[in-house]
Amino acid sequence: MQWKTADYAGWGRALRAKGRIARPERVSALKDALAEGGPAIGNRRSYGDGALNDGGAATEMKRMDRLLAFAPETGVIEVEAGATIGALLKLLAPQGWMPAVMPGTGLATIGGCIANDVHGKNHHGAGSFGQHVLAVTLMTPAGPREVSPASDPALFRATMGGQGQTGAILSARLQLMAIPGQRMKVLETRMRDFDSFIAALDASKAEFAVGWIDATAKRKRLGRGILEEGTLVEGTRPGPERKPKPVPFDAPQALLSWPVVKIFNRWYGSGVPDSGRKRTRALDEFFFPLDALSGWNRLYGKRGFHQFQCVVPADRAPALKEILNTIARGGVASPLAVLKRMGPGRAGHLSFPMDGYTLAVDLPARARVPALYARLEDQVIAAGGRIYLAKDALARPESMAAMYPELEAWRAEVAKADPAGRLATDLVRRLKLRSA
Amino acid sequence: MAETWIVLGASSSMARALVRRLAARGDGLILAGRDLGDLERDAADARVRGAAFAETIRFDARDLACVASILARAGACEGTVSAAVFVGSMPPQAEIDADPGLIEGVVTDSFTGPARVLQGLAPIIEARGAGTVIGVGSVAGDRGRIGNYVYGAAKAAFATYLSGLRNRLGRAGGHVLTVKPGFTDTAMTWGIEGMFLVASPDKVATDILSALEKQRNVIYTPFFWMGIMGIIRLIPERVFKKLSV
Ligand SMILES: Cc1cc2nc3c(=O)[nH]c(=O)nc-3n(C[C@H](O)[C@H](O)[C@H](O)COP(=O)(O)OP(=O)(O)OC[C@H]3O[C@@H](n4cnc5c(N)ncnc54)[C@H](O)[C@@H]3O)c2cc1C
Repeated sequence: MQWKTADYAGWGRALRAKGRIARPERVSALKDALAEGGPAIGNRRSYGDGALNDGGAATEMKRMDRLLAFAPETGVIEVEAGATIGALLKLLAPQGWMPAVMPGTGLATIGGCIANDVHGKNHHGAGSFGQHVLAVTLMTPAGPREVSPASDPALFRATMGGQGQTGAILSARLQLMAIPGQRMKVLETRMRDFDSFIAALDASKAEFAVGWIDATAKRKRLGRGILEEGTLVEGTRPGPERKPKPVPFDAPQALLSWPVVKIFNRWYGSGVPDSGRKRTRALDEFFFPLDALSGWNRLYGKRGFHQFQCVVPADRAPALKEILNTIARGGVASPLAVLKRMGPGRAGHLSFPMDGYTLAVDLPARARVPALYARLEDQVIAAGGRIYLAKDALARPESMAAMYPELEAWRAEVAKADPAGRLATDLVRRLKLRSA
Repeated sequence: MAETWIVLGASSSMARALVRRLAARGDGLILAGRDLGDLERDAADARVRGAAFAETIRFDARDLACVASILARAGACEGTVSAAVFVGSMPPQAEIDADPGLIEGVVTDSFTGPARVLQGLAPIIEARGAGTVIGVGSVAGDRGRIGNYVYGAAKAAFATYLSGLRNRLGRAGGHVLTVKPGFTDTAMTWGIEGMFLVASPDKVATDILSALEKQRNVIYTPFFWMGIMGIIRLIPERVFKKLSV
């Protein structure tokens, strides 16, 4: 197995690691790479250190991306874990299927979607990614082993949202979702403030819904933004295939987050009338808006950025308003934040979702951000909520037990699957997930 | 009748990228290589992507016994039979310097092994009056360099062979495309220092397919390698021998 010594980072580029990376293309090479220890990693779309192993080895799964079986009658697909969500969507949509849950980037791999039990814009109805996983095949020292909710419920549960700690996922069998066509009918409505936003999210009947919030707006305007509601409709792809534009260099500070500002202004400033605006969009444009600019994380400059994402229970919306208030007064947030309604669906011990509201905000890596993050973290715990590990770079280990009440059950399963701790990542060590 | 492709070295990432495109147009695929268990997964992938059929067959450039069974399988295919060759091996030059016995292996993997298959395929293509051979060489074959001249020599021999095969098959309705990739991001080059202008296997596959449509004879991919190698070829030997490019 060939190794490459690399300096690599999470999507936020604020946390970095140095270590050896293998990128196997075949099962035998994968086996050799894993024998050296270290976690399997995907496309490093996690913002913090979830996909890092400083000073150790890691096995990049991107080239293990083959489709192993597909039944067009039932919509069950078996696919290697390095395949991306976007590649699946592109291939399957013309045949009337799509992944039932898709995160906000098409560049996340299936392995990454499982290991963070990701959610999409339909979480309130469809639940989390892991709820549509019928089985996974884990690479164990004894060889590949298929794990399903029936064959081994505890190990399956520890694997969904399990940060890769139960073993490298070689492949997964997924139940896809039938779609009527390749178009999304989108209704955009302007939201005056936080309370009306929450009310609109509660009242929404749409299968897909996402709120874009201006995280810099304060006082009476706190929480203003645009609510986007999507309905799948018939028809072929509207418009040509997108060609992502690259960001060729690290932006200087002054340029900080301009695309985000621009996108926001387009939606908010450029007059979505009070009566709302209707548009028809291609599926990838709706689900992965930021993928239009590949490597947009470089726009935050060399120091990188963090994302804070939390969820609070449905009856604690006022607490979320206070959290947003803390962010707005903190004065460092990028103007584009995301607010979503979540349902109760979750597939693993460490899954993020809970029945409630989730808020995600980008914070450029600056000296005062850790203190701000710590305040937010306290507010989240007080509200009975939790922080999303896929985005986290700054949380404290002491917070984990409160946020993730099933942590002990997860630990017990992981200790069985990987007793020597060979799969630990920087995130697992930083948050002491595997040890009290 | 769809075209059937015999792909030698089918588990390389360049081959995989091309196979996916051929599958999407509904061609039939016979994937040949050493790791049959893993090739089965590539065959499954090709079927899901729309291949008329996809199966695997053993090919080891160093084992002549494989050649006969591949040719028998080719002969049994209906319609047009084509081939794409992605095999080759590139041990570090220093290892070859330490053990010159490695030379035969490099030449067999990169030239004589695949040539045995193509030589047997040629009459089939001639008899059917159709068929394409895609031979993947390397820019390393354009000039012997201190860093990998045994590999380069084998690839040069393969390129010369392809040129002759083109001359032959062109008279009978066949076509030969020689592909010279520059640095490509594959398992072979992963972790090797000093690479620049590295192309993805996808880019190489896209270039191959468009060259096929245009019936090109020889392509560099990405195209700018034609310019780079043009310059490198122009350097007089008395200067070149002092360079380590
Ligand atoms: C623009 C953007 C938008 C996003 N939107 C959303 C969203 O809407 N909802 C949401 O839930 N998330 C979202 N995310 C987060 C993203 O979906 C997750 O971080 C996801 O895990 C990334 O997948 P990846 O392949 O890049 O995995 P990585 O970041 O590389 O790895 C993540 C974890 O998965 C593990 N892992 C990866 N592959 C394997 C494998 N084969 N076997 C075992 N373990 C493995 C790693 O060890 C690590 O613990 C977004 C991220 C970005 C950049």
